[in-house]
Amino acid sequence: MATTTGSAQPEATAAGEGVRRRDFINIAAVSAAGIGGAATLIPLISQMAPSKDVLAESTTELDISAIEPGMAIKAVFRKQPVFVRNLTAAEIQAAEAVPTGSLRDPQSLAERTKEGHGNILVTMGVCTHLGCVPLGAAEGENKGEFGGYFCPCHGSHYDTAGRIRKGPAPTNLEVPDYAFTSDTTIVIGQESA
Amino acid sequence: MSFPWANQYQPKAPLMRYLDEKLPLPRLVYNAVGAGYPVPRNLNYWWNFGVLAGFALTLQLITGIVLAMHYAPNATVAFGSVEHIMRDVNWGWALRYAHANGASFFFVVVYLHIFRGLFYGSYKAPREMVWLIGVVIFLLLMATAFMGYVLPWGQMSFWGAKVITGLFGAIPLVGEPLQVWLLGGYAPDNAALNRFFSLHYLLPFVIVGCVILHIWALHIPGSSNPTGVEVKSESDTVPFHPYYTAKDGFGLGVFLIIYCVITFFQPNALGHPDNYIPANPLATPAHIVPEWYFWPFYAILRAFTVDLILPAKLWGVIAMFASILVWFFLPWLDKSPVRSGHYRPMFRKFFWFGLIPAMVVLFWAGGAPAEEPYVMLSQIATAYYFLHFLVILPMLSWLERPEPLPFSITEAVLGEDKKAVLGENTTPAT
Amino acid sequence: MIRLIGILVGLAFTFTVVWAFGWGAAAVIGQGYLVEETAEHEFHEHPKDVNFAHDGAFGKWDLQQLQRGYQVYKETCSACHSLDYVALRDLAQLGYSEAEVKAEAANWTVPGIDPNTGEATTRPGTPTDYFPSPYPNDIAAAAANNNAIPPDLSLMAKARHDGSAYIYSLLTGYQEQPAELLRRFPDAETGVGLYYNPYFPNLNLAMPPPLSDGQVTYADGTQASVDQMAKDVAAFLTWTAEPTLVKRKQTGWAVLGFLIFATVLAWLAKKQVWAPITPVRRKD
Repeated sequence: MATTTGSAQPEATAAGEGVRRRDFINIAAVSAAGIGGAATLIPLISQMAPSKDVLAESTTELDISAIEPGMAIKAVFRKQPVFVRNLTAAEIQAAEAVPTGSLRDPQSLAERTKEGHGNILVTMGVCTHLGCVPLGAAEGENKGEFGGYFCPCHGSHYDTAGRIRKGPAPTNLEVPDYAFTSDTTIVIGQESA
Repeated sequence: MSFPWANQYQPKAPLMRYLDEKLPLPRLVYNAVGAGYPVPRNLNYWWNFGVLAGFALTLQLITGIVLAMHYAPNATVAFGSVEHIMRDVNWGWALRYAHANGASFFFVVVYLHIFRGLFYGSYKAPREMVWLIGVVIFLLLMATAFMGYVLPWGQMSFWGAKVITGLFGAIPLVGEPLQVWLLGGYAPDNAALNRFFSLHYLLPFVIVGCVILHIWALHIPGSSNPTGVEVKSESDTVPFHPYYTAKDGFGLGVFLIIYCVITFFQPNALGHPDNYIPANPLATPAHIVPEWYFWPFYAILRAFTVDLILPAKLWGVIAMFASILVWFFLPWLDKSPVRSGHYRPMFRKFFWFGLIPAMVVLFWAGGAPAEEPYVMLSQIATAYYFLHFLVILPMLSWLERPEPLPFSITEAVLGEDKKAVLGENTTPAT
Repeated sequence: MIRLIGILVGLAFTFTVVWAFGWGAAAVIGQGYLVEETAEHEFHEHPKDVNFAHDGAFGKWDLQQLQRGYQVYKETCSACHSLDYVALRDLAQLGYSEAEVKAEAANWTVPGIDPNTGEATTRPGTPTDYFPSPYPNDIAAAAANNNAIPPDLSLMAKARHDGSAYIYSLLTGYQEQPAELLRRFPDAETGVGLYYNPYFPNLNLAMPPPLSDGQVTYADGTQASVDQMAKDVAAFLTWTAEPTLVKRKQTGWAVLGFLIFATVLAWLAKKQVWAPITPVRRKD
């Protein structure tokens, strides 16, 4: 390697401690630059996370007093459809009659509803197969073989408790976090106390 | 393309050796800004601004790409989307202030870089091509900055766009159709905003390409230096790394401190308050001014107030463009064999007592309202500006007797002292 | 050759601009003054000196003051001025609890859609709504205000030089037109429907003095003088213009502290690297 100076006086480099101290300062300076560079990644990465206006709309408040037994409404929760169904006694019975163990995704109706509101079933309107919107919430729509919801994309059938019974979907329709703030009002996206 | 004593890239790790065979990118970096690029050992801190300009370009690219994820280039929502960035996007305020002030600091650094080149004669043979590409970069930078300032769609964005595109209207015959074509309408509106956004995103990458050419062209003859004397022997140079990486690292720290003081504590000081008012085509601001970095050219534009053969407006437009275009001819206008202003007694006087005051006046007058005494002052400064580049510099090479140059860079570094040596030892600090 | 052409071109530009200078100078000499004196030039005043808790590099919001300022906006300014870019949920930053924000939001009436008929209607606001505009559009705003559209206030503190002080000065700056002004510029008499205010760029403002002593009743018992209300609402509008102002300065200190540390290290490293090749005197 070429020498970088024209000095005619070769002198041994101060060995030992001198080298170590020199190395220390250089390592510290380069590390500081690295830490600084890494710190700037924080804003660059977090800017892609949901902004405040999106977060502010992350709950949906619904008045469910107008849902007659046997009817369902379609609402929007975090820009996705959510189904709220008022189950009839027959529907509840049909759901409870199925042995949980025989299901692909074993869950009882009670586990999928709130205590004291066993007739109100809140599920995402998003098929767990590939994310299509199942039919069955609106009147006259195909409810599938089990009287719940039917996904037309690849033929997944959900029962009255929104559980997968037939077709390719791997799990039951998702029940989002929600809470009753009064007997007729639910807030979806808010964990129940 | 380099000096014979340049360090050779010798990868030791097997992976690096493999890479060197297949795609010698590390070798390219090593030879461009690493230990394989021998640089004059006497560069002062004025030589930091090239690297800083590269840093500023990177900063603008990163913050700009991120801001484009949230900005909406549509005249009805553009202003609101910027406010959305400022209020709701995580760290959006920091990113936008960093980008807006980053533009200003990019210009600060580029102006100092150009100033260095002008004083030390960096534009002279054999580095004409470096200079020419540099002027192209500067023009692209101005275009990019102008279009970027339009994007927030505030009052100054709108009226700035109207005034600048209106300049093209001064061109005889084709002017008005050209202006309408540029805007895609009769006044700045959605069409103009959209194409400005598209080009504002594109041009920085063109600048990156030109910067690569700029550095490539620089590496043919190697860097200039404050004496202007060419490198003669190995003792005149040191490897870029670690010597100038260390020096640039410190310079970068100082730059960032000043930049962050402005960005975090006075982020709107370099902007105009009117740009926080949404664009309104029916109400003109009290006086329209571009961003500060355009003030000298804006002053030259407004200095031509009287028709003389050509209409005054056309004179102003021609002069404004000419004021930058003259830089393209600089290597052939200034034929003095001596590069550095240090050894040119007359050049030095005209530079410090002519050009610099004229530029200060142009900066000041360009930001001031179009009334007296600013117009008259800008006229004197404009006259000097053209005299300096087009008349004084060409004549100086006939009239001036340069001072004696040092024999070599090494001699300049050692000075008069016969006992001085270049260092404590000959072991290169790598 | 290039040099000869250059000299000719340079002389052409120089001659033209000197020619223009000559005409300008002749005009100045002819009229005997540099700039024509106008009432705006002579009587316009810069904003008053006023201090806020959020001023300075270490400033922090005075939440009590912001809440008072919000009250002034709500009870007075909002009758004519919108706050387009501020959401009702942002009020949480003024120290209100979630429930208070919800209740406060419901006090505002925002445009809505009747869920059964689809017709335009109004409903109580929710935190996700933005502050409603007092007028449906600019034409309505102009029609209701003698053709002067009341500007949006969201960004007022940033849209004027020294904006916070400007708002305070404007609100407290209404006065009789000075006799000297009328003597020197008889044409500049304040017109009908306008109000003289030296802090407004053209001196005559279409907005009648909006504040009077005791106009609002502050919950915290602060005396609601015009001066106090003006200061409070100026602070509030500084917040609406830049809710991140305090966070910005705090981040700035952290960044600066780190940068200074890193730059000192860089300086030491640079010295270290250059030490072996820095010229020295031979020691023999």
